[in-house]
Amino acid sequence: MNILSLFVIIPLITMFSLMLTKGFKQARLVAAIGMGIQLIMAVVLVFMYLHERNTGNTQEMVFYDSSMWFPSLNITYTVGVDGIAVAMIMLTAIVVFAGIFASWDVQFLTKEFFISLILLASGVFGFFICLDLFTMFLFYEVAVIPMYLLIGLWGSGPKEYSAMKLTLMLMGGSALLLVGLLGIYFNSNPGGTQLTFNILSISKIVIPMSAQHLFFPLTFVGFGVLGAMFPLHTWSPDGHASAPTAVSMLHAGVLMKLGGYGCFRVAMFLMPQAAHEMGWIFLILTTISVVYGAFGAIAQKDLKYINAYSSVSHCGLVLFALLMMNKTTMDGAIIQMISHGLMTALFFALIGMIYGRTHTRLINEMGGLMKVIPFLAVVYVIAGLASLGLPGLSGFVAEMTIFVGSFQHPDIFHRICTITACASIVITAVYILRVVGILLFGPINNEHHLHLTDAKWYEKTSTVTLVLAIAGIGLAPLWLSNMIGDSLGPIMTQLSNAF
Amino acid sequence: MGLEQYLLMRHELVLTLITLIILIAELCIKGDNSRKIRPFAIILFFIATVVGFLPLGEGSLFGGMFQTNGMILIMKNVLNIGVLIIFIQSYTWLGNEENKIKVSEFFLLMLSTLIGMDFMISSGDFLMFYIGLELATIPIASLAAYERTKTKSAEAGIKLILSSALSSGIMLYGISMLYGTTGSIYFSEVAKSLHSSNLQTLAFIFFFSGMAFKISIVPFHLWTADVYEGAPISVTSYLSVISKGAAVFIFVIMLFTVFRAMTAMWQDVLYITSVLTMTIGNLFAMRQKNLKRFLAFSSISQAGFIFLGMIGGNELGMTSVVYFMLIYIFSNLGAFGVVSAIANRTGKENRDDYDGLYLTNPKLSLLMMIALFSLAGIPPVAGFFGKFFLFTAAAKGGFYMLVLIGVLNTIISLYYYLLVVKAMFINKSETPIQYFKSDGYTRLGLIICFAGIVFTGLFSFVFEYIRVYAFGV
Repeated sequence: MNILSLFVIIPLITMFSLMLTKGFKQARLVAAIGMGIQLIMAVVLVFMYLHERNTGNTQEMVFYDSSMWFPSLNITYTVGVDGIAVAMIMLTAIVVFAGIFASWDVQFLTKEFFISLILLASGVFGFFICLDLFTMFLFYEVAVIPMYLLIGLWGSGPKEYSAMKLTLMLMGGSALLLVGLLGIYFNSNPGGTQLTFNILSISKIVIPMSAQHLFFPLTFVGFGVLGAMFPLHTWSPDGHASAPTAVSMLHAGVLMKLGGYGCFRVAMFLMPQAAHEMGWIFLILTTISVVYGAFGAIAQKDLKYINAYSSVSHCGLVLFALLMMNKTTMDGAIIQMISHGLMTALFFALIGMIYGRTHTRLINEMGGLMKVIPFLAVVYVIAGLASLGLPGLSGFVAEMTIFVGSFQHPDIFHRICTITACASIVITAVYILRVVGILLFGPINNEHHLHLTDAKWYEKTSTVTLVLAIAGIGLAPLWLSNMIGDSLGPIMTQLSNAF
Repeated sequence: MGLEQYLLMRHELVLTLITLIILIAELCIKGDNSRKIRPFAIILFFIATVVGFLPLGEGSLFGGMFQTNGMILIMKNVLNIGVLIIFIQSYTWLGNEENKIKVSEFFLLMLSTLIGMDFMISSGDFLMFYIGLELATIPIASLAAYERTKTKSAEAGIKLILSSALSSGIMLYGISMLYGTTGSIYFSEVAKSLHSSNLQTLAFIFFFSGMAFKISIVPFHLWTADVYEGAPISVTSYLSVISKGAAVFIFVIMLFTVFRAMTAMWQDVLYITSVLTMTIGNLFAMRQKNLKRFLAFSSISQAGFIFLGMIGGNELGMTSVVYFMLIYIFSNLGAFGVVSAIANRTGKENRDDYDGLYLTNPKLSLLMMIALFSLAGIPPVAGFFGKFFLFTAAAKGGFYMLVLIGVLNTIISLYYYLLVVKAMFINKSETPIQYFKSDGYTRLGLIICFAGIVFTGLFSFVFEYIRVYAFGV
């Protein structure tokens, strides 16, 4: 069996084992073991991938395998990964693993919680390994729908409202996407050969321009909704604020990356001409996302809202970088996806842990936490510094690459967008440092907070995993950058041929 | 005409035979005959369903009045599967004290409607079609009034028969115009002489109105909610899947064969009505609190989606319509099965009564959720595949705008399906429905539905099997 299929099968096995468990202790143990194996598999995959490349495998996608599913429509189950997909799988495995440990003390319907969480994860893994538009779409929806129950059952605040809003908006995005995908499918045979959903086959042909003009916006917006593109980002703050810790982590850390990944793997890769012609519209929107999200974060008092708006800003930066369409920015976009995935997961994990102790998320009700919970506070500072792009951590590598790449465009339009987006670096520093200042330093203004206990072993496991990954990328970025860089070749060829 | 030629009518003959056997058996069985008749009828019908799957050639009988081919055979089998599930699901309800004296009538009437539907699907001329249609309609009206002590049930029966009569009248008027302009009632002859003259267009509209009534297409849907709510749940589920399915099947065949020459015209009609049906069905479903009414309106909107498959006029469309109907049978009967299991036990059928159901009855809630997700078209359950192929068929015909409207409507429908899921899983209740253990037949019915919902989509051979026999305009 193909190694990639294991990434869907292991979560499925874990889910079935979870159904057999009794009590929350067994359930969380099974979930942790399952996702631990998944993490090991992801590491193995990275090394196998590098080995393939080092031994001279220059295929576009390695571990390629295809089997027919619906022959009459030529729908296949096709898997294959390049460096980008491998990096995303690694990211997902890390975040899911950390997420399991961050929700170690969920005691209400534990079994169901982990089943839904792992179902979500299996959708994400499936999305990243697949190369067939139909199966990608299927996994995309599998990843979205468990969110409803996860937020509605285990969330907090106006959870039912947020859950409904998030589900319907994301499904609305997938509605546009479906039409876009069908449009691509029925235009995938200019020579009269058989229609196909296979991304690699479609990338070899040029979809007629009239069709591209119609279906590029649909596909891009469809994925853009999940990537929290302005003005379709409104599900994100509400959804993240109401979701339980692990779900916020997974959602902001991984699920929103599906949007960015889809935008470039499907919309831009398959319809490069339209991307060139219509990219400017979306570039304006994403520039607004970047700045608007950052300003939004300044105005918020609730920790989760702050982080949710900062996610809008950072995910906006991913799409922004993709639309700049040169190799450096593309490279930066992928690193930004991974870096943001890790640090936002870390943020949400920490917020969940702090909330579990102080029972409030409003920053003006807390203060001086550094004195009582030093471990969590220090990790919070590290996450904050990564988020504002301090050298040595992953955020710096990503933003640096993106902005260096963006400045390579000499024309006035791209310059204005770049400079506007650059402003977000400063604004990010404002809201991060403000929160750190109020929350962690200064006097303890609530006497109940004097007796808080610091992180437990499972909380440490969760956060340390993420911190290690963030520092790893920050200190040795070339390793990741090379892996991605090789794989950017095909899409860059596509985009430059389109001129 | 040799004896073996009569075998082309195998479905109808077997069903007639079963009907007679049940009739005689009721006379012979002494004492409390309801206990014996129920399993007996179910086993007989199970045999009939299995016999239906045996291979059979194609051909026509009675000078072309009756025709059959691979596709028609599949359609009949799909209906048989649905009826079998309904029989199993209604087992418990038929055992109730007030129903004991009329158990065999239930089976007889159901089977006669099924015979009517089979004749209707196999019809080769308008006369046979009309006879089949009436045979399929009149017994179902008496079934709707089956619980005669309940006012609502009686009301449902009278509403169904009156509006059926009206719609049949309109349809007959359309058929008479077709006869007037073409000089024949045989499908093959009519198809040759159609050329979209004004009178023929009018004839089609009248004919369409009659069909639209059976499929409950907006604006001919108003009878649906009241009848569905008033009729017993088994009859409601029968109306919403089997009656609707049979009408859809013959309609798709007739559009693709008889009205082939008027394709451009009927595409317009289907376009408008499907948009109306999806949207209005959805908007009404959102506001329903009673789950039977809720499922009634949701089934109206599902009918709009079925038109998406027909409108392209391609063989993929026919495949996807039949495939979707099969999945729809499993999903809708799954949902009705849960509603009926709970209503039988507690008499509750409002959405608010389902608050906190997951904590007391986890299995039923899960099945209900899966069935609703399948109706909404969420992967990986079968409904997703059904809807996806309907959309693919419409997109193949170039109706991208309609596909977009359709997909946006699935999002609206997802909203109200999620409301039920929310009631079961998220809402808290002071007085939840207590835990209960369903009897074997109810569980068997639900398990069949569950298996159907899960596996029909993932295993592609069902789709490919239907595809072999499909044809286009």
